[in-house]
Amino acid sequence: MNKPIRTISLFCLLLFLALMVNATYLQYWKADSYDKNGLNRRVIEAAYSQQRGAILVDGEPVAESVESDDDYDFQRVYEEPFKYAHETGYFSFYDQTGIERSQNDVLSGDDDVLFVNKLVDLLSNKSGKGGNVVLTLDGKAQDAAYQGLDDLPGDVEASVVAIQPSTGKILAMASLPTFDPNKLASHDFSAVKEDYDRLQGAEDEPLLNRAIQTTLPPGSTFKLVTAAAALESGKYTADGDVPGGPSYQLPQTSGDTGLIDNEGRSCGTDKIPFEQALAQSCNTTFARLGVELGGDALKEQADKFGFDQRYLTDIGPQAVSTFPSDATEPEAGQSGIGQFDVRATPLQMAMVAAAIANQGKLMKPYLVDSIQSPELETLKQTEPEEIDEAVSPETADGLTQLMVATVEGTANGVPGTAGPAAIPGVTVAGKTGTAQSGNPDVPPYAWFVSFAPAQDPEVAVAVMIQKIDGVDRGEIAGGLLGGPIAKAVMEAVIK
Amino acid sequence: MSQQQGFVMGFVHRRRRGAELFLLVLALAVGVGAYAAVGIGVEGKVPADIVGYGSWLAALSVVGHVTVRLVAPYADPVLLPVVVALNGLGLAVIHRLDLAYEDAGRAAHTFARQQLTWMTLGVVLFVVTLVVLRDHRVLTRFTYTSGLAAILLLLLPMVPGVGKTINGAKIWIGVGPFSFQPGELAKVLLVVAFAGYLVLHRDALALAGRRVAGIDLPRGRDLGPILAMWLVSLGILIFQRDLGSSLLFFGLFLVMLYVATERAGWLVVGVLLFLAGAAGSYQFLGHVQNRVNIWLDPMGYYDKTPGSFQLVEGLFGMAWGGLIGRGFGGGSPDRVPYANSDFIISSIGEELGLTGVMAVVLCYGLIVERALRAALICRDGFGKLMATGLAAVLALQVFVVIGGVTKLIPLTGLTTPFLSYGGSSLVANWVIAALLLRISDQARRPVPDLSPVEDEQADEQATQVVRL
Repeated sequence: MNKPIRTISLFCLLLFLALMVNATYLQYWKADSYDKNGLNRRVIEAAYSQQRGAILVDGEPVAESVESDDDYDFQRVYEEPFKYAHETGYFSFYDQTGIERSQNDVLSGDDDVLFVNKLVDLLSNKSGKGGNVVLTLDGKAQDAAYQGLDDLPGDVEASVVAIQPSTGKILAMASLPTFDPNKLASHDFSAVKEDYDRLQGAEDEPLLNRAIQTTLPPGSTFKLVTAAAALESGKYTADGDVPGGPSYQLPQTSGDTGLIDNEGRSCGTDKIPFEQALAQSCNTTFARLGVELGGDALKEQADKFGFDQRYLTDIGPQAVSTFPSDATEPEAGQSGIGQFDVRATPLQMAMVAAAIANQGKLMKPYLVDSIQSPELETLKQTEPEEIDEAVSPETADGLTQLMVATVEGTANGVPGTAGPAAIPGVTVAGKTGTAQSGNPDVPPYAWFVSFAPAQDPEVAVAVMIQKIDGVDRGEIAGGLLGGPIAKAVMEAVIK
Repeated sequence: MSQQQGFVMGFVHRRRRGAELFLLVLALAVGVGAYAAVGIGVEGKVPADIVGYGSWLAALSVVGHVTVRLVAPYADPVLLPVVVALNGLGLAVIHRLDLAYEDAGRAAHTFARQQLTWMTLGVVLFVVTLVVLRDHRVLTRFTYTSGLAAILLLLLPMVPGVGKTINGAKIWIGVGPFSFQPGELAKVLLVVAFAGYLVLHRDALALAGRRVAGIDLPRGRDLGPILAMWLVSLGILIFQRDLGSSLLFFGLFLVMLYVATERAGWLVVGVLLFLAGAAGSYQFLGHVQNRVNIWLDPMGYYDKTPGSFQLVEGLFGMAWGGLIGRGFGGGSPDRVPYANSDFIISSIGEELGLTGVMAVVLCYGLIVERALRAALICRDGFGKLMATGLAAVLALQVFVVIGGVTKLIPLTGLTTPFLSYGGSSLVANWVIAALLLRISDQARRPVPDLSPVEDEQADEQATQVVRL
């Protein structure tokens, strides 16, 4: 019987080996994915009993963990909850969003850059505090952005993004409606669940960060991209003329659907100066340019500005801005004025303005400026990174000139559409936009992009108003609604 | 066999009782050390009763050791220390869970205290077994009695008034305030019955049957026992809803049949029957289907009933433990329902890490392989079969329960030998340990010199006649 006994002992050995291999797989290779599973309360519970790092703006915490005397050792507190909710995100028992999620390893102290601190804590037998995350946000610019949106009459769905053109630092990012992350971070879990369900079910989607998660037709602000393509093509100059005219029938179309007009703005008859065309936001001009340059050229230019890419890694998820590929002639004409299938996030439009302001160089936008140890010593500093050269410096200069004219109304003495953003003593470059949603029941979207000072830009801003209840439909226009907000944000940065 | 016997006669095993004592000290260090670590980890101080607790554990070990020294001096020196280490570790983990349950505001728990009582009873039975049973071959007399008793024990939970259903399985009997899992005892009795039956009928069962595709298949009429065992296993599965025991009994029988007949054909038949039974029960039994579905997609059943909460929490715990664990008191093993019985390995995985799990699996591996070693050198067929059977029971049980908890195979409820909280299981396993020690003592004991020494020729002949 010894032979089968030997076989059995081999068999048993295999059984035990299988157990050991499987345990290794589970506790070593798979451990990380189990730890990150949303159903896993252990990790959250551990996180609750440990002092998480702070999220800082201008050196002040906008999110921090304070000692708590209930079941858990610490309570997450958001100092200015509504204003920073979409950037910090929330740290709840059920899940996390925003910086709380993307920088979780740093805040919880698990990140490799904090290894030495962890080791010291271990040796000195202290329970470790997580690292701090310093945001690029400028507190004053953020105030201006948030207040600007909040002061609009009625319920609004809107967003503002401001970027430092030379680096890509996000100086302000506000989105309305917003929410109170303190409620979601509460230790009263049934209240948290209730609030979370309410926020999830709300029709105006307060949890949505409209600055990066909503794409809408950019309307006339997209004319900057069309203008850039026109200048880059070499066929036009900023000082020269472009086709004008009161109306334009798109090729291969007939009747009202393919007829482009200027809604009563002054766009000449045949040839008009480029400055006038942008200042008056002439649809006929830019639709014509779109057809002339072609869909491929427009798409190439749009992609150089960051369309169809994911560039934001600090918070997410980021919605991708799109320009349609293989557009036909009439589609190219529609796209040239930011309609048809063109979709952009406010961040994307701010990047267009920022690239123009930065001599054509498009910088990668970022929100995390640096990582600090719990003792406020900087461990990791984010370096600015160039994504692409969107346009040549000459084209950038030309576009700046056109945008300044749009604010100052230098052409023909007619005020430019972007006039409301003018700041006394500072040269401002801007562009308005009012985009049709395509649905007659939905009011148009108001857009505004700008940067200042035009000679040496410090800030580029995009304002997007998706919905506003307190304003008559006819009065929804980018310059009127968005201009003053952009102005306030720019002033906050410059002064 | 003559060659082997010659080998045994030429080689005298040392008793190695000193080695056993030394290993026992190490095993006690594990048990008492773990108990102290639980106190430090959970309450920040060494438990006040550490001296009393440690002395009690030491006393039990010494009683075991002295008994072995007196009545089974040649027994394997590794088995008892490994058993004490596992039992001690189990006690510490159960104690840690008691503290966690109290911490969570639930009523005070005394599982560890009860388990210590059960361990004491286990050691008593261990001693009684070794003292009463001086020669394991005596058990051949009880072949049919054991078989009958095993079947009665297995049926007992289905008798109205006596049987209790706990967690959906009808495998318990309740007598007054005590509940008892008769299957645990039946396990031992079945090994005795199988070994006795097979040692008598192995020739008949080993007779050549048809040869199909290079494998000797048994004759149809010899399929009787295996079919009967298959039906009993299915019965346990269907009527008692006990997946684990069903698998265990059938596997055990198959292994013993294979060892007795030395014919792989039985394995083929058995595995085919197993597959047929598994497929059929998956088709027709909801609870089997449920277990398999959960195994395939545990996350999808997390908040369903019956669902995978227990399994998933166990997996989370083990993942959270990682390589070196969170340390006693550092994890939350009490999140896992029945953490102190079926899922004790997940508590070990969480707080002692992969290192702890590996150590535990290695301990089981040691027990099983030492038992199989005893089977190899054992001089009688009955002893060989019994040792193999007991080893197989342990190996299968460990594989099924740890494999189930770590999602290697679908989860089936079984206790982890020596670790899990549970009186019937612990006591039965201590008896198994005693039986293994008895067999290894017989196997390692030098053969009494019955032949005239002068004549070399006669010596060899004598080995033919003397049966021990």
